[in-house]
Amino acid sequence: MSRADTTAELRDEGPVRGVGAVGEAAPVRAVRPLWSLGLLRNELLTTLRRWRTLALLAVLAAVPVLIGVAVRIETGGAAAHGGGDGGGQGPAFLAQITNNGLFLVFTALAATLPVFLPLAVGVVAGDAIAGEASAGTLRYLLVAPAGRTRLLLTKYATVLAFCLVATLVVAVSALAMGVLLFPLGDLTTISGTRIGFAEGLGRALLIALVVAASLTGLAALGLFVSTLTHSGVAAMATTVGLLITAQILEQVPQLHAIQPYLFPHYWLSFADLMREPVYWDGLVKNLELQALYAAVFGSAAWARFTTKDITA
Amino acid sequence: MDEAAAATETPPPASSPQEAGEEGAIRTRALTKRYRGGQLAVDGLDLTVPAGSVFGFLGPNGSGKTTTIRMLMGLIEPTSGTARVLGRPMPRHTRTVLPHVGALIEGPALYGFLSGRDNLLRQDAADPTADPRTRRARVAAALDRVGLAAAAGKKARAYSLGMKQRLGLAAALLQPRRLLVLDEPTNGLDPQGMREIRTLVRELASDGTTVFLSSHLLDEIEQVCTHAAVMARGRLVVQGPVADLAAGARGRLVVTTPDPAEAARVLKEQGAGDVTADGDRVSGEPPERDLAEVTAALVTAGVRVRGLGIERASLEDAFVALTGEGFDVAG
Repeated sequence: MSRADTTAELRDEGPVRGVGAVGEAAPVRAVRPLWSLGLLRNELLTTLRRWRTLALLAVLAAVPVLIGVAVRIETGGAAAHGGGDGGGQGPAFLAQITNNGLFLVFTALAATLPVFLPLAVGVVAGDAIAGEASAGTLRYLLVAPAGRTRLLLTKYATVLAFCLVATLVVAVSALAMGVLLFPLGDLTTISGTRIGFAEGLGRALLIALVVAASLTGLAALGLFVSTLTHSGVAAMATTVGLLITAQILEQVPQLHAIQPYLFPHYWLSFADLMREPVYWDGLVKNLELQALYAAVFGSAAWARFTTKDITA
Repeated sequence: MDEAAAATETPPPASSPQEAGEEGAIRTRALTKRYRGGQLAVDGLDLTVPAGSVFGFLGPNGSGKTTTIRMLMGLIEPTSGTARVLGRPMPRHTRTVLPHVGALIEGPALYGFLSGRDNLLRQDAADPTADPRTRRARVAAALDRVGLAAAAGKKARAYSLGMKQRLGLAAALLQPRRLLVLDEPTNGLDPQGMREIRTLVRELASDGTTVFLSSHLLDEIEQVCTHAAVMARGRLVVQGPVADLAAGARGRLVVTTPDPAEAARVLKEQGAGDVTADGDRVSGEPPERDLAEVTAALVTAGVRVRGLGIERASLEDAFVALTGEGFDVAG
């Protein structure tokens, strides 16, 4: 009988305590715009604290070190031989590194942009939603409630931030190696004119920003893939697979009709920033294409994620 | 059986919809979910969880409990029907409703590379209505409340299942809540931990929080819940106050005696049905007549009686009677 009494009590007190709490009198906790940004801050910190993210960044930082050391040993060896065949066959900037360490920045970005940088971005973007789903943490973020649109925007902003950080890691590592191993000074542009070191440094920063922007299309593509599956690994593999496929299609001459629509098509146009005057055509086309990819796949990701049943 | 069925038809007074606000903490009408494969997971569910109750949600594995909880939390869109949580329709009002709801759904999910404290900080940051100025203090209080204060700095991947479960509960307690949805909250906990959780649930309930508790441990439901609902194969079998549900299954007359064969014969004579003998225990459905007469008859027949009494039906008996199957059989 005691249980029945308890029940009756609860019923009686319903209007006072329980229902009062449910009714309109209850305070509705307000959403503060500034507080909404807390998730972005947390997401950035969480991403950067992952062992995987740090490993990716470490690999990216190692690439300029390898190039710098290799060039240094190569030219050192050539000097020892006393031979006059110093002119290498490498990328446009490679030959200039020995004259000016700043060129290591351009070389390192040109070397990492086709594979290493997009690979890292593909991993982070592919894992963004699918990784949370496979860990089960997605449901807890959503009942927090993070809000689906807000969570997706937070994830995309974080992937974009990672694009920038990854590019800057390459650039800064290359700059450090350039300063360490090679002389600095005025540099010669592709057009043959000379610009001061300070302006050269400015161009290097601009190039890094353009390289980071080149990755935004892939970031949106990866995010879309990430909303399609509950497996983080599958999403990462698919995104990286799409990257490799696009790169292969770029190499097939018969497919020249579709190539201007592939996201890596204008990637290497960043070299045009080293012309005097700057040749903007390819740069603008690149940014337009990236914006198109971001818009199309960003919308697709939004449409998918906001209507999806979260069963993981 | 009959009383139990009656319990379904008579909704508890607290849920009578006089005003929009008085419709209970959770109320679903013909809530249905059919997955893309055509599988009907939840079929026309009419569930009413009175405000202020501790509501036990029972059912065998695969009976649709988790799908229901996911629909209530706005994670899954219902195929048809409506679900209202704290008076507002879901999933449309997730942003206004869910800050008042703490949830533990299908076990805890943690970031293994973050410490317990950082896991909670992240969970709290995801709530746009949570004040960042009080975040650290609220996280510390929640950790303390579930007994994890000492292990707060440890990486979550080093946590035992019980510790993970506690951390999941702590996440549900980051804010004062009006509704707690706890899916199997004592999973992986030792008996001491289970008792702590039960105490915690009672404490929260006495503060006026409605607790919606799914569990497969029937005695747990019986110990803490004021109301309960039973699901089987996607349908609601029964719902109502726990006392009414348990009363639905009749008690049994049990005689302990060294002469079971003779006792069984006498009990049958006295009008007891379904008499079974098991060692020195003879039991049967109690006859209509006064038990004193049954006792006298037994003694007159020379049966040596060690004990005689009515064993009250447990919720488990009620459950088996209602679903017609063992508890852990998948539906």
